[in-house]
Amino acid sequence: MSAETTPAAAGTVDAPYGVDNPAPVIEAPRKRTKKTPKSTRTNFELYGWLFMRLSGIVLVVLVLGHLLIQLVLDGGVSKVGFAFVAGRWASPFWQAWDLIMLWLAMLHGANGLRTVINDYAERDTTRFWLKMLLYTATVFTVLLGSLVIFTFDPNIR
Amino acid sequence: MSTATLDKVEAESKASPYIKVTFRIRRFNPEVSAEATWQDFEVDIDPKERVLDGLHKIKWDMDGTLTFRRSCAHGICGSDAMRINGRNRLACKTLIKDINPAKPITIEPIKGLTVLKDLVVDMEPFFQAYRDVMPFLITKGNEPTRERLQSAEDRERFDDTTKCILCAACTSSCPVFWNDGQYFGPAAIVNAHRFIFDSRDEAGEQRLEILNDKDGVWRCRTTFNCTDACPRGIEVTKAIQEVKRALITRRF
Repeated sequence: MSAETTPAAAGTVDAPYGVDNPAPVIEAPRKRTKKTPKSTRTNFELYGWLFMRLSGIVLVVLVLGHLLIQLVLDGGVSKVGFAFVAGRWASPFWQAWDLIMLWLAMLHGANGLRTVINDYAERDTTRFWLKMLLYTATVFTVLLGSLVIFTFDPNIR
Repeated sequence: MSTATLDKVEAESKASPYIKVTFRIRRFNPEVSAEATWQDFEVDIDPKERVLDGLHKIKWDMDGTLTFRRSCAHGICGSDAMRINGRNRLACKTLIKDINPAKPITIEPIKGLTVLKDLVVDMEPFFQAYRDVMPFLITKGNEPTRERLQSAEDRERFDDTTKCILCAACTSSCPVFWNDGQYFGPAAIVNAHRFIFDSRDEAGEQRLEILNDKDGVWRCRTTFNCTDACPRGIEVTKAIQEVKRALITRRF
């Protein structure tokens, strides 16, 4: 802090700023320019916001239940093995549980990360590619997980 | 007993009320340098005075080039919002004794808006967002021959948001606004709220549609920075949440 408090001596170094040649100011981000995005007339953000709240409530039940079954009840984590998973997925109830948990958790997390990227990415290109990476990872994980749950074969060799 | 009290008062009045306070001010002058720097001013000031009085002492007696905005100097016009000790406040409503004068008091321009000189920022983007929500009464049909009457309960509904003085303390404390600045900002939403929930106004639907934008109310992260910053004590985050609720209940 004290190093910064020295009076403006650095001004003479970089450029001869004066009354006729003032230093450039940093443009305000909300200034209306040609690049300013058009206003949207969709309810996407509304549904996204609502989805986060509703899926969050459901996920609390699903994830805590999942952790309880996997890690605490009936011998804890040491019981988890191929046979345990195969036994659980024989029942459509647990298949549905895991499928819903997979989809909700992935979409909830992806939407949350999307807002984080929107808030923190500074340049439009960075924002675009980060989001593309996010969407690719999400779609891949959701599809792979669904495929495994639906086509799981307990007699696999 | 009465003499004892008098003696005490006399002794206190003899001792000077003035203390030495360091004002550490963020200076920027585009005609001198592109860099902003900190500059310290030592001021003798009564701790019961306000930060604005300190700025006046500096400007009038020490350094006339110090630039800042103020008009009424009594917390009504909203022109002297600045970042004092890292928090957005009105300089004219902040007493020296309330912000620990033992340490240097840092004063910066509000964030997220273009700094033009010292503590003066370009408020245009802020007012642009304000204008975008149409902050005026819109009605249909013929004009009534008398006042548009309203019950006390209907007035109470939006009473909190009528207090806004457009000082930009809330909007410039919002981390979402700092980032890419396309977000409308708390102040614009507060002023939209003031008309959306006004029983006399008939364009609430239109305003809700504007705030349903991807840079509208849904970008609010409820960090409560705006509520903390508001010098008028408006529950800004609550107003934003009420607009969200109105949008959702309108749909479902």
